[in-house]
Amino acid sequence: MVTLAAADARAHGAPVAAEQEDLPAEGSFSLRDVSVAYGRDRVIEGVSMDIPPHAVTALIGPSGCGKSTLLRCLNRMNDELGNVRVGGHITLDGQDITGKAIDPVDLRMRVGQVFQRPNPFPMTIFDNVVYGPRTQGIRGRDELQALVEESLRSAALWEEVKKSLKKHAFELSGGQQQRLCIARALATKPEVILMDEPASALDPISTQQIEDTIASLKDDVTIVIVTHNMQQAARISDRTAFMLRESLEEPAHLIEVGETRKMFTNPDDARTESYITGRFG
Amino acid sequence: MVILAAIALFLAINAIRALREAGLDTMLSGTLWYPTSDPGKFGMLPLVLGSLLVTGIALLVSIPVGVGAAVYISEFSRGAVKDVLKSIIEFMAAVPSVVYGLIGVAVLIPLVKDVFSLPSGLTALTGGLILGVMSIPTIVSISEDALHAVPMDLRQGSAALGNTRWQTTFKVTVPSAGSGIFAAMMLGLGRAIGETIAVLMLTGNAAVIPDSVFESVRTMTGTIAAEMGEVVQGGLHYSVLFTVGLVLFVITFGVNLAADLVLERQRKRWRR
Ligand SMILES: Nc1ncnc2c1ncn2[C@@H]1O[C@H](COP(=O)(O)OP(=O)(O)OP(=O)(O)O)[C@@H](O)[C@H]1O
Ligand SMILES: [Mg+2]
Repeated sequence: MVTLAAADARAHGAPVAAEQEDLPAEGSFSLRDVSVAYGRDRVIEGVSMDIPPHAVTALIGPSGCGKSTLLRCLNRMNDELGNVRVGGHITLDGQDITGKAIDPVDLRMRVGQVFQRPNPFPMTIFDNVVYGPRTQGIRGRDELQALVEESLRSAALWEEVKKSLKKHAFELSGGQQQRLCIARALATKPEVILMDEPASALDPISTQQIEDTIASLKDDVTIVIVTHNMQQAARISDRTAFMLRESLEEPAHLIEVGETRKMFTNPDDARTESYITGRFG
Repeated sequence: MVILAAIALFLAINAIRALREAGLDTMLSGTLWYPTSDPGKFGMLPLVLGSLLVTGIALLVSIPVGVGAAVYISEFSRGAVKDVLKSIIEFMAAVPSVVYGLIGVAVLIPLVKDVFSLPSGLTALTGGLILGVMSIPTIVSISEDALHAVPMDLRQGSAALGNTRWQTTFKVTVPSAGSGIFAAMMLGLGRAIGETIAVLMLTGNAAVIPDSVFESVRTMTGTIAAEMGEVVQGGLHYSVLFTVGLVLFVITFGVNLAADLVLERQRKRWRR
């Protein structure tokens, strides 16, 4: 499936950087000494971790510790905000994605994102899903149709909307809109999908559906998810990274990263344990 | 609403005599405007067409420039550049019409005369160009509001799918603000059609149906302003000028109403 996705991406003319180096495009990140500052406010410092392919990695930590900020480093969405400085090195499948070496626009075709609040475009369900593929230059009606079905199936939305693809996306419920956004992200055949609290604006049933979707996706893509919900992190992630900003004068650090099971049962750091058991944050 | 009705009523009362004696359809379809001959001829068609022609030229200028400027200010400029551009637009809105008229007289009339080798620079084109400049601020500010109302997360969603800022702007942001931008055009139209003094100074004011944009025209507003001082109060000519005002009022009211309805729909749309 991975190789399929990569082959597809090549066929679309989307840049597959790994191609030149002959590495498999599989979506693994490696972060080394990553730091971020907004103007003079140093928010994150010294984050080093690996994000393995085809697994769900959860980022947890108290509000304001820089989880969203770190996530945005992975698809260079920080570039969209003014006065942000990112330091350190981040590679995706061995390729540096921090400097001028890569065009963020190309990177984002490989690293999709789902936002906290569902943000479908004001157009039909169909047009929402094919939005990314059209940017990649895919025009064939049949090909787009196939992509729509495949993506909506992967996002567990197909059965509900297959008869109404021409319906305006705003007519869907919040949970359906969020699954549409997942389908939209999947349609560009990314290697990675970043999710920033994707279920925090949803009811329990929709949340459950999103979690099921995530579980079924990790065969195809790498997932990095930010969540405030400890049970959710425990349920859906393979690895967990815990970040903490101990005082406002200091930037946040990565406290601990490891197998989710171990993090939740027998963490190395006392601060991880207090956070997980709900003693602060 | 009450005020609007009062204005309409006031215009109508003063227009009654003309409506009775000359008849609305005769006035609207008449092509000869000789209000001071005996008996006076009150064909408004040259005036209506004059207004429409000048307004049309104005919109050809102000829509592309105004919408383009709004898109640039809202989507591509930042910080100091954005602030400066916004104050320029505000300043443009604050300049009195008569000053635009003077600029037109000093700059545009000779320019149009020379560029198109015309006997006179007092043409529909001259008036239209200045009107276009004058309606730019309206179009920019309303369009910019509409673009501003498009939620940030739509732009981010598009960027996150590998779109450049240009692609995002033209595929998502502008279409999402479409109805607001349309309303901005309508309000720009309203601004242009109601403007008086600058066109009076620039169009030459010949009340004949124009064959081309290089001819002199007279607008409805210009006619009222120019002739009102010379008429006998309560006389037929006086009443006819009120009829012209009434027609103008109906047109601008319709345009503004349409724009408001569209804006209201747009506002509802993002309230989700
Ligand atoms: N665009 C920005 N400009 C300036 N400062 C910012 C910006 N975005 C975030 N910050 C600051 O960076 C710090 C980390 O923010 P971030 O949103 O990454 O935290 P978070 O862990 O995602 O929090 P939450 O759990 O509440 O979403 C905060 O102190 C915040 O004020
Ligand atoms: Mg966040």
